[in-house]
Amino acid sequence: MSASTAVRKPRQRVGDRVFSNLTRLAGLAILVALAAVAIFLTLQGLPAFSAPSDKLGGAANLATYVLPLVFGTLLAAVLALLIATPLALGVALVISHYAPPRLARPLGYLVDLLAAVPSVVYGLWGLAFVSVRLTPAYAWLEQHLGWIPLFGGPASTTGRTILTASIVLAIMVMPIITAITREIFLQTPTLNEEAALALGATRWEMIRLAVLPYARSGIVSAVMLGLGRALGETMAVAMVLSASGVVTFDLISNTNPSTIAANIALKFPDSTGVAVNALVASGLVLFVITFVVNFAARWVVARSERTQA
Amino acid sequence: MTGPLKSTPRATEATPMPRTTSAQTRFPQAPRPERGAGTGRHLSFGQPHLPWWAGWLVAAVSAAAAALLSLTLGWNIAGGAVVAVVLFAIALPTWSVLVESSRAAKDRLVTTLVWAAFAIALVPLVSLMYTVLANGLGVINGQFLTYSMRNVIGQGGGIYHAIIGTVLITLAATLISVPVGLLSAIYLVEYGVRNRTARTITFLVDVMTGIPSIVAGLFAYALFALFFGQGVRMGFGGAVALSLLMIPIVVRSCEEMLKLVPGDLREASYALGVPKWRTIVKVVLPTALPGIITGVTLAIARVIGETAPLLVIAGSTDSVNTNLFAERMMTLPVFIYYSFTQPGVPAQFGQDRAWGAALVLIVIVMALNLVARAIGRTFSPKTAR
Amino acid sequence: MNRTSTRRVAVPAVAALALGLSLSACGAGNESSSSDQTNAAASSGATLSGTLNGAGSSAQEAAQGAWTAGFQSANSGVTVNYDPSGSGAGVEQFLAGAVSFAGSDAYLDDTQLASSKKVCGGKTAIEAPSYISPIALVYKLDGVKNLQLSPATAAKIFDGTITTWDDPAIKAENKGASLPSTTITPVHRSDDSGTTKNVTDYLHQTAPKDWPAQAGETWPFKSGEGANGTSGVIQAVTNGTGTIGYADASQAGKLGVAAIKVGSSYVAPTADAAAKAADVSKKVAGRGPTDMAMNVNRTTTQAGAYPLVLVSYVIACPTYKDAKTADLVKGYLSYVVSSDGQAAAGKAAGSAPLSGSLSSSASSAVKQISVR
Repeated sequence: MSASTAVRKPRQRVGDRVFSNLTRLAGLAILVALAAVAIFLTLQGLPAFSAPSDKLGGAANLATYVLPLVFGTLLAAVLALLIATPLALGVALVISHYAPPRLARPLGYLVDLLAAVPSVVYGLWGLAFVSVRLTPAYAWLEQHLGWIPLFGGPASTTGRTILTASIVLAIMVMPIITAITREIFLQTPTLNEEAALALGATRWEMIRLAVLPYARSGIVSAVMLGLGRALGETMAVAMVLSASGVVTFDLISNTNPSTIAANIALKFPDSTGVAVNALVASGLVLFVITFVVNFAARWVVARSERTQA
Repeated sequence: MTGPLKSTPRATEATPMPRTTSAQTRFPQAPRPERGAGTGRHLSFGQPHLPWWAGWLVAAVSAAAAALLSLTLGWNIAGGAVVAVVLFAIALPTWSVLVESSRAAKDRLVTTLVWAAFAIALVPLVSLMYTVLANGLGVINGQFLTYSMRNVIGQGGGIYHAIIGTVLITLAATLISVPVGLLSAIYLVEYGVRNRTARTITFLVDVMTGIPSIVAGLFAYALFALFFGQGVRMGFGGAVALSLLMIPIVVRSCEEMLKLVPGDLREASYALGVPKWRTIVKVVLPTALPGIITGVTLAIARVIGETAPLLVIAGSTDSVNTNLFAERMMTLPVFIYYSFTQPGVPAQFGQDRAWGAALVLIVIVMALNLVARAIGRTFSPKTAR
Repeated sequence: MNRTSTRRVAVPAVAALALGLSLSACGAGNESSSSDQTNAAASSGATLSGTLNGAGSSAQEAAQGAWTAGFQSANSGVTVNYDPSGSGAGVEQFLAGAVSFAGSDAYLDDTQLASSKKVCGGKTAIEAPSYISPIALVYKLDGVKNLQLSPATAAKIFDGTITTWDDPAIKAENKGASLPSTTITPVHRSDDSGTTKNVTDYLHQTAPKDWPAQAGETWPFKSGEGANGTSGVIQAVTNGTGTIGYADASQAGKLGVAAIKVGSSYVAPTADAAAKAADVSKKVAGRGPTDMAMNVNRTTTQAGAYPLVLVSYVIACPTYKDAKTADLVKGYLSYVVSSDGQAAAGKAAGSAPLSGSLSSSASSAVKQISVR
């Protein structure tokens, strides 16, 4: 008998035992599912370690095959989060604290609409609309800020750069972060807010002192969910990005790093034998990256909470 | 009061608000303060204020200045709008610093930034909606919604088969993910506090969000191939793949929402002798219901547009298939993808159908959203929110 | 209390059930409902019924759609599903016995052919050309029509050696055209594809000095613009300026299409020119009569032939375990390679119909399909 069911409980009831076991079973089902995925990835990915170089797109071994992809995946995801997080928090604050309540609910629907758009449509839109609109901006960046390596160019004439892909990713990620942080902002204890206001705090001070600390763990969770989507997004990136698989920090040229998920989608249909194993192995790497990123985030949150306390 | 606060604005930071969930002091019946009605600036009465029209004046002036600049320098509307917002964000706080105080200025700056973020977020929304509506609206008619693509070449045909497939597969995925996800979240929040299994699950759920969608499809295919042999294609396999993507979202959002339910409520219920499971079902869940529903709809919206896993396991067909457990099933995202990438000759017809299907898919998700919210409002306890 | 909780569970459940029932109750407006299908087949006198599954080349998808429609119209009890999951995946599934036939942009290599014996009851697979499509070099350059390129110039453009449109090499081949100094952005497929393999094969064979890289499904350089699928290439070329890419000629739309140098003249990609190039191609040595794998003659100097073509195959077993599948595959593939089927594909996908001789030998190969 685990200690958890004994907490706060005067006596054991049948209903309680059934219910707690049911919930634990559900939790364990997740463990089993994840373990199965991990086993599947490992088993299918293992043969790739001895893959010949012609099955790896010309790379000498699996590491040189996967590393540029890891670079691209992280670059795109980090850029996307850098764009999306401030926007998402701003939108969530507008809905929860700035907009008049009558307006807030429809505004929430509007942003939820963005979450409802399928990734293929984001791909179509990014291809047909965003990239074309951004080409003059890229030309401008190259001309005026070309001395920064990020904008070294030569600027893409089609606009299908890693920056465009990150912007599209950011727009896909934003509603996820917004939806969760908004709910949490709304749940901030009213008394805390009122206390802050009563002490003479301005609205921003109230938010900084009462709302943000309360919501911090939730914000991190929301950003992590967003990161998960940004890391794993397949179709939109595959359609929008002009992927060449190079390693470069140049954000506006037409030779860009590829991402793991997009690479799988692009190469899988025409791959056979060990090449498929190599793709699955790269999927395993993505899995591990998410693992590490989440671990780091948890650690940071736990540490900051400890120093706070 | 004003003096010390003004000279040491950081003094307030030294007294952080209580933020532990167990000591919540929020009552669901407590009236909320009127939010966003311009009541934010609670400075002392003696403090000089900017007139109410200050914001409008600065906005008008910066818009005019930006318009002038963009006309003389030949920028487009987007460039001008950016300049206008930047001017506004500089001018209003500067004025406020001179007349009011640095604290008020900071508040005005943040207000500007927050609304600017909101406006920026609306730009892609509007442009996306415009693109989809402009391309898709003309395609949709009775035939488009009730015909399949069986024996259709070139013009005509419809997406009935794909609508059926999407609805059935998503429904099945929801029926798998919501019970598993919600029960897991309950375990994490209510039963597994600080225990090792719960911490492991929390962490692994985060990891699960990183499963690339196509890997979920490959996994589902490998799993079903074990039981049904190579080349298996069935809608239910797609539902399993989608569940893999859905469960972490359901768990994460439900977990956050359950955590926010004040501990007082639970304790009040226990004090009345209500068993724990009944407390959870009758008190905790209804209180968290609106948030849970938001999370679930978010999860559905996230997976209903998934293409890659369904390509692998649900396959594609031109005909209607209503059996989740046998043969290929068309879904809207797959339909959109193939119609766009392999439109045939002339390309126009296929691409039109792709946009039409995209519009239908968005409408379906919106409808789901509204229905879920209506259900949420009916069943959640009446709070002031 | 109990009543309310029952209601809470019941309402969504009933709603879901009702939704499911209402969905499964009605079929599509243009389909007879599935239970009627066998009856309809019986009454119309058609002998074939059942489901036939194939997978493979995405290039064939539009054509397969046309064949499926034609075949299903003639046999109302039949449903043909074609997964355009890619040539590699299609062949892999076929060899695993997961689908009854495959579509592939490349013929089976010797190992694959050998392993096809396992699934085909000891005999090697049948390969018949089904879809021949000219690959066009599409470009967007305002004011320049009828661009002409030799293989060597095309190779230098695509590998990035030639960077502007007013390069002397391009000028020499396009006398009279006013070529601007715009930078060239070459666009290639970022996904692995049979189209890329045919383009690289063509460049390697016709301009080996300028294009030393071997033919392959993956683009050999890490420069230039990558785009996903034919439609992605078309979109990228259309959106950019000074762009050039390669795609199925039928998808070129309003883009400029370059004529390539064959012998001493320039040939534009047309269905006739592609069919001609297929006709002068040689069969792969050492393959049986039912294996029509061919190496396209890229270096042909035949007047009016366009050697930059994609030849895509249908791959099936000579024998199947059950008679129903054998009949379905035989019936379907016979239609695919027949002149009717080829004409339908030409209309729906813009492919080049098989010439009379190719069509008849493909028909006789497919006729061998039987039950074992």
